[in-house]
Amino acid sequence: MTSKQKKVLFRILLSAVLMVGLALLPDKSVLPFGAVGKGLAYYLAIYLIIGYDILRKACYGILNRRVFDENFLMTVATLGAFALALFEDSGDYNEAIAVMLFYQVGEFFQSYAVGKSRNSIAKLMDIRPDYANLCQPDGTIRRVDPDDVEVGTVIVVNPGERVPIDGVVIEGASSLNTSALTGESLPKEIAEGEEIISGSINMTGVLKIRTTKEFGESTVSKILEMVEDSASHKSKSEDFIARFARVYTPIVCYSALALAIIPPIVRILFIGNGAEWSVWIYRALTFLVISCPCALVVSIPLSFFAGIGGASRRGILVKGANILENLSKVKTVLFDKTGTLTLGVFEVTAMHDKEDHDNNDEEEKARLLEIAAIAECASSHPISKSLQRAYNRPIDHSRVSDIKEIGGQGITAVVDGQKVAVGNEKLMEQMGVQYCHCHTAGTIVHVAVEGKYAGHVVLGDVVKQHAAEAVKALGAVGVARTVVLTGDADAVARQTAETLGVGEVYTELLPNEKVEKVEAIISETKNGKVAFIGDGINDAPVLSRADIGIAMGGVGSDAAIEAADVVLMDDDPRKIAKAMRISNKCMNIVWQNIILAVGVKVVCLFLGAFGIANMWLAIFADVGIMIIAVLNAIRAMYIKEQ
Amino acid sequence: MKKSYKIEVDCANCANLVENAARKVSGVKTLTISFMTQKMKIEYEDDVHPEEVLKEIIRVAKRIEPDFNVL
Repeated sequence: MTSKQKKVLFRILLSAVLMVGLALLPDKSVLPFGAVGKGLAYYLAIYLIIGYDILRKACYGILNRRVFDENFLMTVATLGAFALALFEDSGDYNEAIAVMLFYQVGEFFQSYAVGKSRNSIAKLMDIRPDYANLCQPDGTIRRVDPDDVEVGTVIVVNPGERVPIDGVVIEGASSLNTSALTGESLPKEIAEGEEIISGSINMTGVLKIRTTKEFGESTVSKILEMVEDSASHKSKSEDFIARFARVYTPIVCYSALALAIIPPIVRILFIGNGAEWSVWIYRALTFLVISCPCALVVSIPLSFFAGIGGASRRGILVKGANILENLSKVKTVLFDKTGTLTLGVFEVTAMHDKEDHDNNDEEEKARLLEIAAIAECASSHPISKSLQRAYNRPIDHSRVSDIKEIGGQGITAVVDGQKVAVGNEKLMEQMGVQYCHCHTAGTIVHVAVEGKYAGHVVLGDVVKQHAAEAVKALGAVGVARTVVLTGDADAVARQTAETLGVGEVYTELLPNEKVEKVEAIISETKNGKVAFIGDGINDAPVLSRADIGIAMGGVGSDAAIEAADVVLMDDDPRKIAKAMRISNKCMNIVWQNIILAVGVKVVCLFLGAFGIANMWLAIFADVGIMIIAVLNAIRAMYIKEQ
Repeated sequence: MKKSYKIEVDCANCANLVENAARKVSGVKTLTISFMTQKMKIEYEDDVHPEEVLKEIIRVAKRIEPDFNVL
């Protein structure tokens, strides 16, 4: 509890006790000035104890020409009740004080509940390390602020500590708990030479890390910044409520005024009975109490905040409430293939001879792979790396010379004194080699030696373990259309899409064609939003073009964090559906609260206008609804694991 | 120049009102107030003294919400 909350609580208790004490005293005239207005001075004193800050805020509001807010409503309603009691000489000022008292009780509960939930949500997102253990030249260790650690220095992370800064492990091996970053509960093994990202917790061994980034540029800082910023991107629902409150409060105020004036005048002019001014003024004041829009104004941002916090707990970073809201409207999902649905790692799936038959000669097979691997030894293309992995032997670089990489085609080189060409059909055509067309789907690497065709290697991209499950899960959350966009060869991509159950495929797209295709799909999509999911390394333009850009495995890739709206911290494609489920739940809660709050208000306004609801009931309804709405909002933080 | 401040603000509605008013203070390029995270982010214009602009922001904010505080 903050000191301010304690103060309010004290005022609530004090005024409640005084009120009861005064009520137990049947004849107020025994007190000094007690005869004036049946103890008015004492009631006013209690009223000021409990309501002085509301009165002050109302005055501020009027001075700044911002008249209609909840402070103004409460002030007018309660002062009006005082005036009415004085006018009728009933001496019943309790109601006016009680309304203010209950309003404060409600505000107190709200501020307490919001504070509590704010803390528990913030705790979910708290991955900030407090210190770094700096390794000094003399071998001692000094504890410093992570901000003061320069790039390239060596730090030590002991078991149980949080990795403060991104870097490379130079000594030691350990298991990491990355659950705060990725939501993954299984520990991740890390060894010497591997990259380590900040924010994870070192569990078993001592690690020495050479930092590769400043603290401010490290993963943990980027994530924290993103989550903090996310709360300031307001959703349409929030905007709507803010606008609603601006329109709604004046409407209720004028209606209250009309309720106080019109019925009495009608009674005088047409019915001829007494005007019953006090009855109608009382009803109008009740109106003002009911109208307070607090439940909505607080619960809706809180729902989004809880949703964003809950998502971040599961390794899903959502950049704003507006994005969380849009996620629930996604009906079309576009996938990049390599790195998103597949691992982007190629495996040799077949080797064919020059007539496109399966090569049964082990020696010839080994020879073909050897030529291909040696010729490609200098390239960092994924295909080259895969060939080298398949070859799985150290490469003798002295056997190769004159390596020429021909972009988009392949490589020519001299291996063991023979001129070889390794690449796709275009390269074979350009070299004038009579090649044969492969009958299987896959990435084909043709090999020619001394201008003669030698056969080809078939490489297949490895599909991610949970990719099919992820696509299926999208259907369950209401995604109607799934599309794969890829630069890969048609046959390969179609086969992948089929095994995964993706509906449409567009293949052999160049990067700019990819953007055009995404734009075309967005413009033909009438219902719902279009999400694009990519691995974030080369998809930045598409990520920013789609309604919602989702980057996978975005940790460490700055471009992805910049361009995407949602970052999935690990490579698990199942997180897409999970993010949508969180968003759906959040939006359900938002609507429940809107309907609940507006519904109860409207009913109470009617009851108030017909004199059935008094101020007590009104304030109870108001405070009760607010607390229910706040508690409901907190639910957005939790989502069932599936 | 961008700066982030921890603040105290009472209610979501007040946060919106303060935000709208504080954005109009001269020297402020962008300004956001988040009720939920109790943070105020300000991007200042290039050639201003942030402390003075902040003082003015606090003055404006206090007129709307007397309990507004920058911690």
